[in-house]
Amino acid sequence: MIVEVASLHKTYQTKTGAVAAVAGIDLEVPAGEIFGLLGPNGAGKTTTISICTTRALPTSGSVRIAGVDVVREPARARVHMGVVPQYNTLDRSLTVFENVYFHCRYFGMNGAAARARSEALLQQFHLQERGKALPTQLSGGMQQRVQIARAIAHHPEVLFLDEPSAGLDPQSRIAMWEAVTSLRKEGITVVLTTHYMEEADALCDRVAVVDQGRVLALDTPAALKQQHGVYTVLELKLRDQVSAPALLREIAALSGVARAELTGEGIRVFADQLDGLLPLVVAAARAAGLRDLRVQEPSLETVFLQLTGRELRD
Amino acid sequence: MTDATARPVRSSPRPTGTPLRAFGALMLRDTRVLSRELLPFIVRVIMQPLLFLFVFTYLFPRMGGGNGMMMGGGSFATVLLPGLMAVAIMFTGIAAVALPLSTEFGVTREIDDRVMCPLPVYAVALEKICFSALQCIFAALLVLPLAYYIPSTPVLLHVSSWPVFVAVMILASLVSGALGLTIGASVQPRQIGLVFSIVVIPITFLGCVYYPWALLSHVRWLQIVVLANPIVYMSEGLRTALTPGMPHMPVLAVLAGLVGSLAVLGTIGVRNFLRRVIS
Repeated sequence: MIVEVASLHKTYQTKTGAVAAVAGIDLEVPAGEIFGLLGPNGAGKTTTISICTTRALPTSGSVRIAGVDVVREPARARVHMGVVPQYNTLDRSLTVFENVYFHCRYFGMNGAAARARSEALLQQFHLQERGKALPTQLSGGMQQRVQIARAIAHHPEVLFLDEPSAGLDPQSRIAMWEAVTSLRKEGITVVLTTHYMEEADALCDRVAVVDQGRVLALDTPAALKQQHGVYTVLELKLRDQVSAPALLREIAALSGVARAELTGEGIRVFADQLDGLLPLVVAAARAAGLRDLRVQEPSLETVFLQLTGRELRD
Repeated sequence: MTDATARPVRSSPRPTGTPLRAFGALMLRDTRVLSRELLPFIVRVIMQPLLFLFVFTYLFPRMGGGNGMMMGGGSFATVLLPGLMAVAIMFTGIAAVALPLSTEFGVTREIDDRVMCPLPVYAVALEKICFSALQCIFAALLVLPLAYYIPSTPVLLHVSSWPVFVAVMILASLVSGALGLTIGASVQPRQIGLVFSIVVIPITFLGCVYYPWALLSHVRWLQIVVLANPIVYMSEGLRTALTPGMPHMPVLAVLAGLVGSLAVLGTIGVRNFLRRVIS
């Protein structure tokens, strides 16, 4: 196992009391895998990554990267990992080339090796023409690619990416996805966090669904959808909340409906088969003032909805 | 390291990152950044002492015969030479560590890329102190010829002991770097201007820069209070080493003061640095 996280806890002391950001997380990521931590903002993903990458200390529990304990030997553990944090940490005083070059030097390469490695990486990430530019002169997508190139420059076994597509336009996001999947060929294990379902679905071999500091489910995206998201979700928004409970009972009794719940704005229906159901639901809900109906096909989004009763993005 | 899991063989082996090499590479990085800003660095270092010397030690003696500026048997210019070197050392330490650090911590968090180097985090802070110390020595040596050649009255410069001079220069520069680290790691970026007003300017004016410490005996309470000011040991140390004809503190007191300041500021600076970086 390249990454071993065992009963990890992190509690922050705030003015209003103790807040558990991570409340008992166990993970094992084997070599070569692209692993995703999926959850809403504040689920504890970033805290988990920060502890794994030696930038935060756990309250209890342990993390080993390539067999090295990150709390006991942080400096040695850092040799085995590359990190791209949520915010841009490119060295603004250095050019793009120098950012990669000095990173290589920090990790012990000599001048010639560092130069060769930097040139190769800029080539690989389609940045060779921007080597002399300062980071601030690049677009967000390009800066992100420089950060990934720099993070893997010292040949780490595992790359941590914290919300890699936050703030990227769709085109840059796809370029970033390509960059990440290309790392697989080099045998680099990737651990990333995201609150985008599509991203977890498109990139990850396995996904841990995280909420409130805990792992709720962990499997391949396909298996997760099989186990937890087999239902198509109908999201009904109603004008009249008073008659909603009666409507709930009526809809729950329809054939094809696995279960239904009140959402405050209306009713959420988990249906195992949709054929012929939609007209019946619409007809039943008309009296309660149906104002909006959304159909969500089985996806990691519906998995999360099933597991937590909440949507990923509020 | 033995690894039972199958992993693709890589063409290029992982370099052996050692803390020492990482430390050296951090120094190299700072050298590269400084080399790009060498001219602004020199201008920043020499402008203030240049004008100060020109007005007070070149113009004033010509205007008023210099009578008001005579002090304890030597000229004001002789008092100023070590004092202005001490100021150059202090300002350089703050400019080299505190200013960049407060941005790297606050707005950009770019310090994280150096914190992720394969060496203990406190070593990243120590590197900041060491590299700024080199700049401080360079700055002091830039000011030295100015303070010697600009004054129109004679400057009584005499290195009585080279080891003391070297020790004072190195210690004073390290103290300055530690002061810069303490300020940079403790202060929010938007407060950095305020720090200049409430910390830097007072410790300069009360740092025995423009007068020898011995002459403060006329204001006894102040003479005792300023002993808490590290700049005092910088100026007095350089006075001991370069202008021994002036009243000055004993060498041992200076060295003790510098070592003590370094210990206190170094500890606070590194501790606050760690606190800012590791949550």
